[in-house]
Amino acid sequence: MKVLVVAETNGERVLEKTLPAIAFAQQKASDGFTILAIGNDLQGAEALAGYGAQVVLAVNHPALAKPLAERYAPVIAHYAQQLGVDAVVATTSTFSRDVLARVAGMLDAPMLSDIITLERTNGKLVAKRPIYSANLIGTFEVEGTPVVITVRGPAWGKPEPKDNTSPVQAAEAPADIPTRSEWLSLRSSGGGRPDLTQARVVVSGGRPLKDPETFERYIGGLADVLGGAAGATRAAVDAGIAPNELQVGQTGKTVAPELYIAVGISGSVQHLAGMKDSKVIVAINIDPEAPIFQVADYGLVADLYQAVPELIELLKNNKGA
Amino acid sequence: MKILVSVKRVPDPYAKITPNATGDDINRDGLQMAVNPFDEIALEEAIRLKEAGKATEVVAVSIGGAECQEQLRTALAMGADRAILVQTDASLDAPSVAKILAAVFQREQPQLMLMGKQAIDMDENQVGQMLAARLNLPQATFASKISIENGCAVVERETDNGIEAIRVPLPAIITADLRLNQPRYVALTGIVRARTKPLETLTPAQLGVQPQVRVRLVRVEAPPPRKAGKRVSDVQELVRLLREEARVI
Repeated sequence: MKVLVVAETNGERVLEKTLPAIAFAQQKASDGFTILAIGNDLQGAEALAGYGAQVVLAVNHPALAKPLAERYAPVIAHYAQQLGVDAVVATTSTFSRDVLARVAGMLDAPMLSDIITLERTNGKLVAKRPIYSANLIGTFEVEGTPVVITVRGPAWGKPEPKDNTSPVQAAEAPADIPTRSEWLSLRSSGGGRPDLTQARVVVSGGRPLKDPETFERYIGGLADVLGGAAGATRAAVDAGIAPNELQVGQTGKTVAPELYIAVGISGSVQHLAGMKDSKVIVAINIDPEAPIFQVADYGLVADLYQAVPELIELLKNNKGA
Repeated sequence: MKILVSVKRVPDPYAKITPNATGDDINRDGLQMAVNPFDEIALEEAIRLKEAGKATEVVAVSIGGAECQEQLRTALAMGADRAILVQTDASLDAPSVAKILAAVFQREQPQLMLMGKQAIDMDENQVGQMLAARLNLPQATFASKISIENGCAVVERETDNGIEAIRVPLPAIITADLRLNQPRYVALTGIVRARTKPLETLTPAQLGVQPQVRVRLVRVEAPPPRKAGKRVSDVQELVRLLREEARVI
């Protein structure tokens, strides 16, 4: 199988979210893989050269300064056709869902979203992926090439570094990029914490955190002392306690950190769908019957307003101990 | 302005979904069905645009068996003006659905197509983008706010990196995210009125589409359960276990 990996970029730089798609290519691209990075004056393409790709193609063009699907999809479709690949792959994210499904439409290609496994059985590609809000796992058979694929980050992990450096080549954008869609702005809460989907530790809070200040003090405070990211439930986001992009769950992000600490979270099916692949789960909740305790490795029945400050203190004092 | 909205029949979002005895589908015995919640949000937005005087007609379209009339009647009761059922018993993949919707779009010539960002059964999140590509129209996915002005839609999108605003000229395809609006409850008068609204039935062949399914669901299983962990008595014990047993801090 020959694979085209689409790097996730924001138009300015390559994002770390690209890595699981490269890990997928290392395992499945028996006939080699190419990485395609798109933007304008794009930074970070060289960082993708250490993973065994045949070549890293960097397409820079002023019309590609922001990741608009209508502009990026024709570039990807162009190189998928020119290279004659069997699969076009990116890591599942809002970027890849937006852009790659449009690529599939342009190529009239079948698509598999958010896959956790891929095998070839009797000449057919067979993939598993979560369905029904990750309550079930579906096995899908797909015919035809190329196949457009997004891979579920936590299932594929990080690629292995390779000794040989791949050449990084500047590549042309196709001549006819449509420019009807126009990028206006991005409002991000930022906060200087690690990316939620990449962090080693995630601390998430629910509705009991009351307001943004309380959320920041308790959830942000605990996340900071652990060097982790802050997350939230849909209920907390809907109540205006936490910004949208912190939402973990079926309609938010899927995370699988080494340590997930759920604070004041009951554990709805929708929330569990986004975090139950975490390696170690800790639940702190005052309700001993909360469903979150059924998936938690360590459960503490306690008032979060007492337990979290105690935890922060203890972790601060024990640092390096 | 005419708005086309697609409406998928899916299991009720609150129903417990389990694999069937043969493991090749879900257990459908006594399963309540509903309009896909994201499509319901798309429909609500279309109706609000009509109520605000920005749209003149809202047309709901569904693809599936005769039973999808139920969801189209719900759409009519919410406020759609008429409905189209593209009737087929085939189990379609996303490219086939996009092909059929593209044919309906070409027949109806709306200025805007609104649809859910994904259906809550297969969670694929593909059809809107595929449709936009097939029609060579601009797309705005994961919309949490839509303003129509001067033949354009300014759309706020929920992305992993924050709220992104883009402008797309109409006609365009927009897919709805969760926070776009709160769909209304269907009023009794709406249900009564829905019975007299037109519901047209077509077949894929009448639209000139021959669906060719290439992605097939062959097995359904429950994910491996997570084993229950232990209760700790206090914060000290928690920190000790995270450090010494789990070794994650």
